[in-house]
Amino acid sequence: MNGHIPILSVNGVYKRFSGPYSLLRRFKSEPQLAVHALTNVTLDVERGETLGIVGESGCGKSTLARCLVRLHEADEGVVRFDGQDISNLSGGARRAFNRRVQMIFQDPYGSLNPRMTVSQVLSEALSVHKMRPKPEIPGRIAELLDLVRLPADAAGRYPHEFSGGQRQRIGIARALAVEPEVIVADELVSALDVSVQAQVVNLLLQLQEKLHLTVVFVAHDLRLVRHISHRVAVMYLGQVMEISPSEALFSAPRHPYSKALLEAAPELDPAHKNRNVALRGELPSPLDLPPGCPFAGRCPHVFDRCRVERPVLTPRGPGQMAACHLTDFGAPGASSDQLPTGH
Amino acid sequence: MTASTVPTSLPQTAPGLLVRGLTTTFDTSRGVAIAAADVDFDVAPGEVVGLVGESGSGKSVTLRSIMRLIREPGKVTGRVEWGGRDLVAMPAEELRRVRGGEIAMIFQEPMTALNPVLPIGAQIEENLVAHTDLNRRQRRERALELMNIVGIPAPERRLDEYPHQFSGGMRQRAMIAIALACSPKLLLADEPTTALDVTIQDQILKLLLDLRDRMAMSVVLVTHDLGVVAATCDRMAVMYAGRIVETGTVADVFACPNHPYTRGLLGSVPRSGQSRTMLQSIDGTPPNLTDLPDGCAFHPRCSFATEICLKQRPPLDLVGTDGRRAACHHHERVAAAEPIL
Amino acid sequence: MSALAKTARSMLRGKPMPRSLITGGSILLVSLIMAVWPTLFAPYDPNEFDYNALLAAPSLAHPFGTDSFGRDVLSRVIHAYTVDMQIAVFATVGPFVFGTLVGAFVGYVGGFWEALFGRLVDATVTFPFLVLVIAIVSVLGPGLGNMYVAVGIVGWVFYARLVASEIKVQKRLDYADAGRVMGYTPWRIVFRHLLPNAITPAIVYWMTDMALAILLGSSLGYLGLGAQPPTAEWGVQIADGKNFMNTAWWISVFPGVAIVLTGLGFSLAGDGVAEILRVRR
Repeated sequence: MNGHIPILSVNGVYKRFSGPYSLLRRFKSEPQLAVHALTNVTLDVERGETLGIVGESGCGKSTLARCLVRLHEADEGVVRFDGQDISNLSGGARRAFNRRVQMIFQDPYGSLNPRMTVSQVLSEALSVHKMRPKPEIPGRIAELLDLVRLPADAAGRYPHEFSGGQRQRIGIARALAVEPEVIVADELVSALDVSVQAQVVNLLLQLQEKLHLTVVFVAHDLRLVRHISHRVAVMYLGQVMEISPSEALFSAPRHPYSKALLEAAPELDPAHKNRNVALRGELPSPLDLPPGCPFAGRCPHVFDRCRVERPVLTPRGPGQMAACHLTDFGAPGASSDQLPTGH
Repeated sequence: MTASTVPTSLPQTAPGLLVRGLTTTFDTSRGVAIAAADVDFDVAPGEVVGLVGESGSGKSVTLRSIMRLIREPGKVTGRVEWGGRDLVAMPAEELRRVRGGEIAMIFQEPMTALNPVLPIGAQIEENLVAHTDLNRRQRRERALELMNIVGIPAPERRLDEYPHQFSGGMRQRAMIAIALACSPKLLLADEPTTALDVTIQDQILKLLLDLRDRMAMSVVLVTHDLGVVAATCDRMAVMYAGRIVETGTVADVFACPNHPYTRGLLGSVPRSGQSRTMLQSIDGTPPNLTDLPDGCAFHPRCSFATEICLKQRPPLDLVGTDGRRAACHHHERVAAAEPIL
Repeated sequence: MSALAKTARSMLRGKPMPRSLITGGSILLVSLIMAVWPTLFAPYDPNEFDYNALLAAPSLAHPFGTDSFGRDVLSRVIHAYTVDMQIAVFATVGPFVFGTLVGAFVGYVGGFWEALFGRLVDATVTFPFLVLVIAIVSVLGPGLGNMYVAVGIVGWVFYARLVASEIKVQKRLDYADAGRVMGYTPWRIVFRHLLPNAITPAIVYWMTDMALAILLGSSLGYLGLGAQPPTAEWGVQIADGKNFMNTAWWISVFPGVAIVLTGLGFSLAGDGVAEILRVRR
């Protein structure tokens, strides 16, 4: 892209976690099993946008989120923030990066230190990063609580005194305390009740407008991701299958997996009852990835090439990329009976 | 009580489930928690009924109360009629024959609901031992047949495997196989797909619908996901703070909610064509069950609330045909409000 | 003092004070007062011989009787509080502090250090604690000072093990990651965030350990390896009375009761502290 630098860019990132190493394998001197959490992931996050990352469990979306904030280091490839390779940052530069890229966690119970009051949590963040001189800290805490719509008397209370939704607000306030530019939200609302989810999503949308935040929204709920994101990346077994503008993805998915995922998500319209199963089969073990396309084993359109050659992301429609050998899949005008079917 | 407003005229011989005035309370250190209050609903043969609500709404407690799975200090009162008999008053011996036989149950977390040290096959056969007089060979055959019915590949081999060797979706299938062992007439499903991925959830829900058709059984499906209700249920009951606040056919309730809570729930779910707009959230949080507000339990979070809602609890009254009921003083205003869909 | 009261209040957070802590704390408070000002309570000098009342049974003049030298048993039991409470504290503070620090380090860093520590723990726990301590004291020579050294060399391992395993649990929780994402230093994450959530079992064990230390001190005193006669110390006193169990039971029994009572105080206080420190989720 001509000269402009995306705020976050992920380039060819691999991440493996070592799996079990059985005695039998040692004796046979076979290599240790490894979980391939991320395989050749490449994507950009533009300033001010919301990028949704969606996928089922084990697809690597949380690992990717953690690589973005450097909770994990990539095994191969680079993650750049503002053009700078984040794995090279140390000392002050690393602290500055941490301040500018914040994360909000899934678990409203585990993400707050149970022995610290809300004001202790917030004032720690404010004072470590020297966001405000000491006398101004209480005032800033009040502002932050107001920003996330928590009552002012919340400051003196402990996490266990709050409901799940309120705790997520505290987590958001903690992240906002250091005035970040990017927020990575990992399953922010998936532990919450539906009505409370909506409150937190609304809050996030409002804060993004007000503070000009860039948001990476990681979730398994397609409806939610579509609602909140400008662009969406669909992941499967550690790889990006498709990355498209939100409406384009949902109206004309260009990857068979995206399509299946959309069809499997129950529609909120009882008139749309459909008795066909969207996608058969189960996720293969991430310990032992097939050489070709990771989706080959479940794909209704699979053909020989898919089993031997791994497809890479290539451009489709405007702003749309998909990793599928069927470059015409889902394209307007292309009829589905041209596609190979059957196994 | 609501007895006067609920038709009790169903013939005594009507097969199916009749729940009347089911109330479950727990004595806690902070007072009596009313987890389910005065719950009335019917399940006709072959029907899938969804019980929807958020955590603490009483949907799971209701399901467990039907099966008398409430432990001390919980107390269950009311009537649960099944084939003319009352499950709440039934002696334990008789109840054991009904459980796992005519009525089966599946749970949210199959890993904890299955016995980790017994092979799946043995767990299916265990149910057959309890409820049939099949011999060993017949039991094995039936187990194989069940594994095929629920779509577990390579059933011969998998019968001898343990739960930890199954994936989440396969475990849920195995649990369904156990539940189906004695061809139950009613299946109680407590959030059976909540722990599963969306493509697996889709498979399991469609499996349940197929089984319903094949085995002519009724299903009560407890879920928090309105999408699941829309995709699978014929009728639904929305619960809030232990009570049913609205019930009717799924099509009617989705098309025109008569209770502000149902309306709020539907508005909370993002839908297509409205990207990045504010969702219609419900303010506040569900009430504490030991300290419910006076009048309508929903009034502190309700935008339709008036004086009367603070003082008088609305009964679950008929508001239309097809057993359409809502417990709201202002159901007409709610129904007439601008559509959220 | 007001800061302490504030911490205590904030820890109680509206919970009532556990009854075990009230009972245990009262016993320990009385013990502490006797340890600091024994002369206020003891009717006689603990080392004064009274040849007119050798092995005297309990009476109004000598409520706990006298021993073979005519020393007043009550006075000796009371004066022994000074030595035994000192043992309880001195033999455990060092291991507690050092073990906690090592445990925090090992638990947080993991890897090689954790493996090394694991072997050390294995080596330590395979020997009975008392045997190890006796072995070290016999090398260093008898006496209270050497006993503290011996207990310290072995005792810290147990604290370190408790803290390390708890830190390992805590460091995986999201709040620890939240601290890392905030750019907090490992020091801050360990000491400000993880340790307060990981130290509870060590504190509770510390309370029990103080009771065990008194028993250990008494055992070593009994064996002649700890406090040396004529120091008034419960273990030494019990040893003194062992030849007179049939004729003068009071010489051994009253110090024994004191040991039991003080041990009970520590245990109850430990339960109470555990109750208060328990985190609400």
